[in-house]
Amino acid sequence: MSNETKKILLDPLVDNNPIGLQVLGVCSALAVTTNLGTALVMTLALTAVTACSNLSISMIRNHIPSAIRIIVQMTIIASLVIVVDQVLKAYVYDLSKQLSVFVGLIITNCIVMGRAEAFAMKNSPGVSFLDGIGNGLGYGLVLMLVGTFRELLGSGKLFGVEILTTVNDGGWYVPNGLMLLPPSAFFIIGLLIWALRSWRPAQVEAPDYKIKDVNGTETV
Amino acid sequence: MPNDNQEKKASSMNFLALSNDSTAKTFIMATLVCLVCAVFVSVSAVSLKPLQLLNKELDKKKNILQVAGLYQDGDDIEAAFSKIDIKLIDLATGEYTTQYDAATYDERKAAKDPALNVDIAKTDDLASIRMRPKVMPVYQVKEGGAVKQLILPVNGYGLWSTLYGFIAVESDGQTIVGLSYYEHAETPGLGGEVDNPKWKKMWTGKEIYDAQGEVAIQVIKGTVTPGAKGAEFQVDGLAGATLTSRGVSNMLKYWMGAEGYQKYLTKIQANGV
Repeated sequence: MSNETKKILLDPLVDNNPIGLQVLGVCSALAVTTNLGTALVMTLALTAVTACSNLSISMIRNHIPSAIRIIVQMTIIASLVIVVDQVLKAYVYDLSKQLSVFVGLIITNCIVMGRAEAFAMKNSPGVSFLDGIGNGLGYGLVLMLVGTFRELLGSGKLFGVEILTTVNDGGWYVPNGLMLLPPSAFFIIGLLIWALRSWRPAQVEAPDYKIKDVNGTETV
Repeated sequence: MPNDNQEKKASSMNFLALSNDSTAKTFIMATLVCLVCAVFVSVSAVSLKPLQLLNKELDKKKNILQVAGLYQDGDDIEAAFSKIDIKLIDLATGEYTTQYDAATYDERKAAKDPALNVDIAKTDDLASIRMRPKVMPVYQVKEGGAVKQLILPVNGYGLWSTLYGFIAVESDGQTIVGLSYYEHAETPGLGGEVDNPKWKKMWTGKEIYDAQGEVAIQVIKGTVTPGAKGAEFQVDGLAGATLTSRGVSNMLKYWMGAEGYQKYLTKIQANGV
C-alpha cells in the first residue's frame, strides 16, 4: 500500500477521527452503543454507506451542477441507506430490529454528508472510496469503545456474553442504569475526546475569539 | 436568447459537454440521478421482500413458541410450530369463527383496517390502543391430541411504545403459563426488563380471574409476599419502570376483560376447549 492510500485509510482512525476531531455523527453514537452487537452492525452499515456514496458521488462529481449538489448527494445517500436497511432486514433480522430507526437515520448522519461534500466532490473515485471506508472505521472505533464501556458497566456483558454477573441474575454486580441511557454516551465521548486531545495536543482547537481589552473611547 | 438556443441544441447531442450550471444540465442531472436511484431502490426492495416476510413470520412463530416454553435457541421453528393449531375467535361472542383464513390472518393489520376493527370507547381503553380487531387468533398448543395451552396475542401502551406480546394460558382458561413481548421500545435496563427471563418466570402459575370472575391479575409496586392474600394474582413490579409495569397491568386488564378474551375464556372454563 502506498503511503498516500495508507494515510487516507488510517488518518480518520486517530488523527482525523470524525467523532473525535470533527465531532460529527454524535447523535447516532448515543443511540446505538448500549451494546456492542448493534454498535458493530451500525459501524458496518455506516462504513458501507459512506464508502459507496463517496464512490458514486466522486464518479459524477464533474457533472453535478453546484446549485443542486447537496440534493444530489442526499438522493444518492438516501438510496444507499434504504438498500442497506432492506438488506439488514432480509439477512440479520434480529439486529435490524434492535437498530430500528437508526439505520434509516444514517441519511442524516453528518459524517456521510460531510465526506461527500468535503472529499468526494474534489477527489477521484478510488481515493474517495478509501476515504469513506477510513471514516466509517474511525466512527466505528469510537462506537466500539463507547459500546464496550456501556455494555460492560450497564448490563455486565460484552457482545451479549456475561462478564459480570448482575444482581438481577443472582450475581454481585449492580449495573449502572445510567450507562444504558443515551446521556452516558455523551460523558464517555466527552472523556474520550479529552483523552485524545491530551495525547495529541495538535488536535486542540484554537479558541474562536479572544476577549479584547477595549478602551472607553475605542470601538471594536 | 441565442445562448439558450445553443444550449438546447447541445443538450440533444451531448449534455455532458454542457456547462454544469446551465438550467438544462441541472434538470437533466436531477432527472437522471433520481431515475437511477429509484430503480436501484425498487429493485433491491422488491427482490428482498420475500426474505423479509419470511423473517417476520419466523420471528412471530418463534415468539409464540417461546411463550409456550417450546423453543430453545437453534430449534427448528417450523417443526416445533407444527404442534400448534391456529383458530380465530370472534371477541364479541367468544365463539370460533371461520370467516377468515386463520393461517394468513394478521391481527395487527386488522387492527388498522376499518372493516375489521372496532373503535374502543375512551373509558374502556385501558391499554391505550384506540382500536382493536373484531377477530383475534388463538394458538392452541396440542399434546397427544388434547389442547394443553392457549396462546393469545395482547398489546398495549407502556411508557414510550406499544408493547406487542403473547400470553399463554393453560387449558383451564385461568392459569397463566407465561407472558412474553416480541416488540416494544421501552428503556433498556428499566422498562426493557419485561424481556428479563427471571421476571417472565414469575408469571408462570399466576391466576387471571378472581372468585367473582373479575380480572385480578396485576403487576404490583414492589415485591409480592408469598402466601399473602391475593398473591396468586400478583407479579413483582419492575424496579424503576412504574409506567411500563402499569402498562402491562392495564393491557392484561383490558385483554382479559369483557372487551377482550373474557367471553372466550369463560366458555373454556365451563365447557373445556
